[in-house]
Amino acid sequence: MKPPRFHYCAPHMLDEALALLDQNSEDTKVLAGGQSFVPLLNMRLASPTYVVDINHIAELHYIEQEDGYLAIGATVRQRQVERSLLVQEKHPLLVEVIKHIGHMQIRNRGTVVGSVAHADPAAELPALLTCLNGEVLVQSIHGERVIKAEEFFTGYLSTALEPGEMLTEVRFPLISPKTGWAFLEFARRSGDYALVGAAAVLNPAADDLCNSAHIAYLGIAGAPIRGYDVEAAIVGSALDETALDAAAEASRMLVSDDMEDVHASVEYRRVLTAELTKRVLRTAWERQSH
Amino acid sequence: MQDQEEITPLFTEECDIAMTVNGHRYKQKVSVRMLLSDFLRHELHHTGTHVGCEHGVCGCCTVLLNGEAVRSCLMFAVQANGMVVTTIEGMAGTNSDLHPIQQAFQEKHGLQCGFCTPGIIMTVHAMLHENPNPSDEEIRQELSGNICRCTGYQNIVEAVKLAAERLREQQMEVL
Amino acid sequence: MATRWFGASIPRNEDPRLLRGKGTYVDDIDLPEQLHAAVLRSTHARARILNIDVSAARELPGVHLVLTASDLGLVLEPSPLLVPHDALTQPRTQLPLALNEVHYVGEAIAFVVADDRYIAEDALDLIDVEFEPLPVIHNMEVAVAEDAPLVHQDVPGNVAAHLIQTVGDPDAVFINAPHVIRETLLMDRGAAMPMECRGVLARWDAYEEMLTCWISTQGPIPIRNGLAAIFHLPEHKVRVIAPDVGGGFGPKIMMFYPEEVLTPFAAIHLGRPVKWIEDRREHFISANQERSQLHEVEYAFDDQGILLAVRDNFIHDTGAYTPYGIIVPIITACTLPGPYRLKNYFSEFKVIYTNKVPVSPYRGAGRPHAVFVMERIMDRIASELHLDRTEVRSRNFIHPDEFPWDVGLIYQDGGPTRYDSGNYQAGLDKLKMILDYDNFPIQQAEALKEGRYLGLGIAYYVEGTGIGPYEGAQVRVESDGRVFASTGVTSQGQAHCTTFAQIVADQLGVHPQDVMVTTGDTQAFYWGVGTYASRAATIAGSAMHLAAVKVREKAIKVAADLFEAAPEDIELADGKVFVKDAPHRSLTLGQVAISANPLRYAYGENARKLMSMKLAASRQGPALPPERGAPGLEASEFYSPPHGSFASGVHGAIIEVDPKIGMVTFVKYVAVHDCGRIINPMIVEGQVHGGVAQGIGGAFFERLVYNEEGQLTNASFMDYLIPTATEIPTIVVDHLETPSPLNPLGVKGAGEAGVIPVPALFASAIDNALSTFGIRIQEMPLHPCRLYELIEESLEQKGQ
Repeated sequence: MKPPRFHYCAPHMLDEALALLDQNSEDTKVLAGGQSFVPLLNMRLASPTYVVDINHIAELHYIEQEDGYLAIGATVRQRQVERSLLVQEKHPLLVEVIKHIGHMQIRNRGTVVGSVAHADPAAELPALLTCLNGEVLVQSIHGERVIKAEEFFTGYLSTALEPGEMLTEVRFPLISPKTGWAFLEFARRSGDYALVGAAAVLNPAADDLCNSAHIAYLGIAGAPIRGYDVEAAIVGSALDETALDAAAEASRMLVSDDMEDVHASVEYRRVLTAELTKRVLRTAWERQSH
Repeated sequence: MQDQEEITPLFTEECDIAMTVNGHRYKQKVSVRMLLSDFLRHELHHTGTHVGCEHGVCGCCTVLLNGEAVRSCLMFAVQANGMVVTTIEGMAGTNSDLHPIQQAFQEKHGLQCGFCTPGIIMTVHAMLHENPNPSDEEIRQELSGNICRCTGYQNIVEAVKLAAERLREQQMEVL
Repeated sequence: MATRWFGASIPRNEDPRLLRGKGTYVDDIDLPEQLHAAVLRSTHARARILNIDVSAARELPGVHLVLTASDLGLVLEPSPLLVPHDALTQPRTQLPLALNEVHYVGEAIAFVVADDRYIAEDALDLIDVEFEPLPVIHNMEVAVAEDAPLVHQDVPGNVAAHLIQTVGDPDAVFINAPHVIRETLLMDRGAAMPMECRGVLARWDAYEEMLTCWISTQGPIPIRNGLAAIFHLPEHKVRVIAPDVGGGFGPKIMMFYPEEVLTPFAAIHLGRPVKWIEDRREHFISANQERSQLHEVEYAFDDQGILLAVRDNFIHDTGAYTPYGIIVPIITACTLPGPYRLKNYFSEFKVIYTNKVPVSPYRGAGRPHAVFVMERIMDRIASELHLDRTEVRSRNFIHPDEFPWDVGLIYQDGGPTRYDSGNYQAGLDKLKMILDYDNFPIQQAEALKEGRYLGLGIAYYVEGTGIGPYEGAQVRVESDGRVFASTGVTSQGQAHCTTFAQIVADQLGVHPQDVMVTTGDTQAFYWGVGTYASRAATIAGSAMHLAAVKVREKAIKVAADLFEAAPEDIELADGKVFVKDAPHRSLTLGQVAISANPLRYAYGENARKLMSMKLAASRQGPALPPERGAPGLEASEFYSPPHGSFASGVHGAIIEVDPKIGMVTFVKYVAVHDCGRIINPMIVEGQVHGGVAQGIGGAFFERLVYNEEGQLTNASFMDYLIPTATEIPTIVVDHLETPSPLNPLGVKGAGEAGVIPVPALFASAIDNALSTFGIRIQEMPLHPCRLYELIEESLEQKGQ
């Protein structure tokens, strides 16, 4: 399966890349890690006329701790984040989530920003970003804007990016060491796209009850879903079985009616989501108590 | 590849590239859409790297790019410009002895048809470099990105354990 | 004669080359001036072709040829029906390119040849086909319904074949039987998915007027014969080579895939080599598939659990064509009785056309279905009568002293289904011991207290292997003492270059590393059939043995002459031929080979010395006396078995099921098998491991999901789930050896053994794990979603 013809360019400067993107904005695609993009080209499911390879743009290569979040530039490989001492120390949840992405060969090339920009509903990073209420930095030759995760993911492989715009940075809010966090997914094989998955962050209160909760799901709708009703079901509780049952029930409602595919019916997805919810919340809660 | 001094980068359909493969430097003009796997196999005639799916799942095409295991079917040759590539042909020593990993695969019958084998060996090479003493579970986890249809993986796991042991012994000797 | 290499787990001769990446698979061969092909495939499962416009494709720079059916001339004929049968009254085989109609998504419509594959695929995008879609027969249910549309207009009811076979008098038995149960059992489509897709490289040499094709095939000789016929060439002017093949598993024993005709056609037409390499997406929609059958089975048994009679009525999905005849369902029918005494058996099957990829054997070839049915029967008898599952089986086993056991049916080779040897109880005993079967109920009960569901499954199989018609082998000692052996079968990873070398090495006293085996090159060995049906080691191995014995005898005769010793005093060992008890009177095997060839012209030092030796003595009579036979140390022999030999085995597994979400993990897996005497245990175990992995894939991970338009909705490795190292458990293998009396080596086939009982085993284990749910698995493959649904259904039925 060979890719169709395209015109290729590999600029070294960000503003060159943005200029190129703007030239033929409807017909130009960005190539970063290529782990999602190249299969599409090989299968001729995408045939852009222009491809801009951003891998040589040094100014996009950074992992930095900013005020309250980790900023990751567009050319940083998933594996680099996985191995980064800074991230391991400051954001173990992010490391945990990245370890679930595909296989190490994929993570050696795939980029964090690229995964977010690709917005596959079964991908891990968009769900984590949504859970943490993170943001993305979008740039074009006209300027830049910051978009919140929940507004960024608009549907199946769709984002709020306009033609000519490029995702240059993803911002993962830091979580306090006192929080309980967990990430869990059900997949048929190691490294597969998950059937369903969730990232959860729970904050305890002084009375050992759950003070606040963030949970976001992948694989249950066209975009990652923040489980507000699920969170409501457990806030103020000690995550006893009653609260978990209610959370699980609430999570079933989040599964979209069109989420049927070769691996799972909608009802089965709902069953998995309910079970997943209980397990991920339990794990997160256990983590916060240690 | 565009000259690095040039101010305005241009879109092209062909590029001059240079890369080091198994210690040798190669320079060639390629179509920008040529996959790295095809470049290695048909331009450089290093046919040891195999193509099983071209959508990044089976791992037959695994090579090392600057020491990291990657799927060569998911890269364009132009993206490997200026990089160091190691393929299965680069594993055996200069006196063409088998590498300890290759040796272990033979001893443990870790291959049958041999098609997935080069990709697996490159993955194992990268794996053992990072984790010289993996458990069975870790081995299977790290191998899950390479599909084998012949062996059922069992003897591959044994081969990896034997290779790991031998490589650790070699390291001890060096020290 | 003591054998040193037979039975030894020596490392493979094949490995150093393959490990270095020096294997030669079809796509590794690049010939000067070579062009590349791509195939335009139907996107409709059933449609009329109103028009094909290739003009734009032909104009594309870099394109050399675009073929449609109308360009093929005399080559446009249906591919041969490989295995005819009287019951196959409506066979249909495929044209190299579709003419007026397409019958499955993936059917070849046009063939493009260009400078490279990239351009060839660009050209495909420029071909415009006007289709008139027709109603699609997307599964057997639709195909057999009343007034169903027809896959082939002239095949009524979509029925390609109908075969009834009866053993004994089942009707009479059913009338009086104490217990009769009726069930519907389903197995659905799966695919072999070798890691190397198909491929053809064809070269027409105008000087030699010779067609050479490198093909990733399991059967070069039949293809050579077929290509010679289709292109009107003498057979010796066609050479077909199966180089290294990256897995076969069945779909690569086939003739013709359209590309196997189109590629040489293009090469001859263009006068340049043409290469076609299948990509994975194509493989999903144009490489043969298998496994789809629906069984309505009725069985009668008594209060002791003795199986009295079986009526099995099934339909087999052959896809759009019947290239391989009806071998798969015949094998199912013959395999069903298994290791049990079944003397009253009615088997009826119909082969049904559907608008899907055609069907030909995939590892197991109908046996997994038969074992699924029979082993489900055994488990059900046990549960109905509250007997232990292994006890029921034991009561029904054929006993070791009852061989040869005639099942009463004609097997796929036209011979009787006659079990030559076996010891089924011994196999079961071994399995139970390794699994710790007797203590499992305790383990299971403990787990249940913790809310965990463990289950143990068992499945027994008897497998017909080693069928004819024949194979041959040639063995020749060269002047440097190395041995060259060739045969018509070919290899896809089974280590023939090692196992055959072991057989030959034993006779000639050399190391297997010094035996170079060539398989799969029609120029290296002319006669034979191919690698299928677990027969290569048995049939070709036996021929190797016979040829090696002949060469040994000759070497002894020549040496006896030279040393003026008695033949019984001559020994062969360590590459030497010498007089027993007088080892200084010795020559190397190579020297004996030179001596066996009366020379006029010396060549090399060895030859000169030996010639001088001989000339020193006075010579009487012809240099090559008639009793010596042919010159040199060389022999060709053929082996044809009287009928198939029957291997057997039993697998057991402990699994854990999470009934809330239908997920299953393996706790333990044991395979006990009997393939007679074993040439190389390490190789056989590897075959079992690989077969089990494919079986697990086919039971719980791999499904081919077609929609109502006949489209395969999961045509990629992302959604067709081949198990990886994390899904396959460690497999404990043990064996039993009941030698076959049918061939000189005493071996039976082992290639398919691993996969055959797995679906039955999986069902057995799940039933056992979820017995409190009252579940009864009657379909394969499963996946968690479906298992969850079945669990819910069972719970509903139990009124919970």
